Amino acid sequence: MSFSNIRREDASRAVIVHAILLTYTLVALYPIFLIVINAFKTRKGIFRDPMGLPNAETFSIEGFTKVLAKSNFELFFYNSFTVTIVTIVIVLLLASMAAWALSEYKFPGNTALALYLAIGIMVPIRLGSVSILNLIVDLGLVNTLTALVLVYVAQGLPLAIFILTEFMHQIPKDLKEAARCDGVGEFKIFFAIILPLIRPAVATVAVFTMIPIWNDLWFPLILAPGDGKQTITLGVQQFIGQYVTDWNAVLASLSLAIIPILILYLIFSRQLIRGLTSGAVK
Amino acid sequence: MAHSGPMTDWRKAKLPVIAFLAPATIIYTLFMIYPLLDSIRLSFYATPSGGEAAFVGLDNYRTILADPDWASVFWNSFWNNMKFFAVHMLVQNPIGIALAGILSLPQLRFRNTYRTMMIMPTMLSVVIVGFIWQLILSPVWGVGADLLDIVGLKSLFGPWLGKEASALITLSFISVWQWVGIPLMLIYAALLAIPDDLVDAAVVDGATHFEVFIHIKLPLVLPTVAMVSILTFVGNFNAFDLIYAVKGALAGPNFSTDIMGTLFYRTFFGYQLQLGNPHLGATVASLMFLIILGGVLFYLFAIQRRLARYQM
Repeated sequence: MSFSNIRREDASRAVIVHAILLTYTLVALYPIFLIVINAFKTRKGIFRDPMGLPNAETFSIEGFTKVLAKSNFELFFYNSFTVTIVTIVIVLLLASMAAWALSEYKFPGNTALALYLAIGIMVPIRLGSVSILNLIVDLGLVNTLTALVLVYVAQGLPLAIFILTEFMHQIPKDLKEAARCDGVGEFKIFFAIILPLIRPAVATVAVFTMIPIWNDLWFPLILAPGDGKQTITLGVQQFIGQYVTDWNAVLASLSLAIIPILILYLIFSRQLIRGLTSGAVK
Repeated sequence: MAHSGPMTDWRKAKLPVIAFLAPATIIYTLFMIYPLLDSIRLSFYATPSGGEAAFVGLDNYRTILADPDWASVFWNSFWNNMKFFAVHMLVQNPIGIALAGILSLPQLRFRNTYRTMMIMPTMLSVVIVGFIWQLILSPVWGVGADLLDIVGLKSLFGPWLGKEASALITLSFISVWQWVGIPLMLIYAALLAIPDDLVDAAVVDGATHFEVFIHIKLPLVLPTVAMVSILTFVGNFNAFDLIYAVKGALAGPNFSTDIMGTLFYRTFFGYQLQLGNPHLGATVASLMFLIILGGVLFYLFAIQRRLARYQM
């Protein structure tokens, strides 16, 4: 076989590979794209030409004005942001502290405690919902964001501790020993030396913690379904249930929920993949 | 991964060690472990109307598993859940593995762009994904039929989500569409970790990329495939949001899309004329716990151990 034959074969193989990848990319993205473009159309435009881009004739933002007027989307966004950010900060702080203690200090029951804290990776916290609701009622926290934060922190800790412990094992011994020789206290070693070192892993853990919380329907539904404490996911669910026949409003509310996540994802996707491929998940 | 293990004796730093571990352990125990155990305890109690909760042994389990009204509902949701899981195993994971294999081909251009785009649906809320597909498949809008028309299959289009025979399968495929990103990401990461020299030797011997993938790479990432499978199992038997968003708590038509998660919700909170019952709800949750535990133990002891031996 001559070289030109090989090259031609390579080229045709590349065409097939890219055709497969492009097809699947289209399958993954087109439904999202379809919803977003139709959110910017008049009702007529949505039904007459669902696949066309909005043009001068069909462009309209009536759906968005309706959604913003009839429901409290700004508030739902605020609720989701608050719950997600507060949870991430608490999970990252508590999980890195625990992971540091588990990976650094020899104490009786170290392995047992690590296993105990790992149970939650495999067992879904939802199965405890009956008792969680009782607990939240007893604490007087029904319809509060605090209830959601407490549950989400418990939900996020196991995987965060697991990933961070793996990561902390890789921190060079010399660094810690040098600090100890200089008489630096244990707290200061953690906060001044270790925390800055684990920043790349922290970013990965933050993304893994954030996505399920932002997207969750179950706990908002049972713990904080009203009183203006709905998260965006529950807010959209309730709104669409109410305006199911108003296509403009439904499409606009979906787009409002999709667009911020897409922007965040495009910003953080590199971090997410890097975390995965650098051995965070084995 | 080989670790050197913890290095520092804690007796030199008792206070810091306790301070580092206590907050996480307390919140986790209080809001995760205690509710899980307490739910199991509650499943052994019942509250007669107007009375105090009393211990009833396995009565609730007998009701759910053997009472004619409850048992048919429970087993219906169980088998629906098995079908839901089967579609994920047979469609989602093979597609994820194939795409990961293609993406890890050497000298592939735009690999990062493809990967970023393909994973996008995984980032969206299940609720949003449910509504997106509900609109696209709606016969009122008709865009689903138009899309099928492009590939010449318009005649196949029907109100899939509304028919008893096709609703569950349709919802399973919607879920597959969303979650393909998980096997894709995890298996792609595992494929990247394979040392080049293992592959190079085969390439020099004239093996095609496909042969290299099937005979060398795939066997090496089997532990990840097994992990993806158990993650799929746990996720599927804990699913709720998609069915609830598209079909409501009644999981219609005629309970044909009812899975364990929606049954748990209805039993716990009630619906229409049936009152919610926390004790029966806790019983359903405990049964889900047993099913998930069974799957996880099977993975840990039957699959992972065997794979570990195979790898040596």
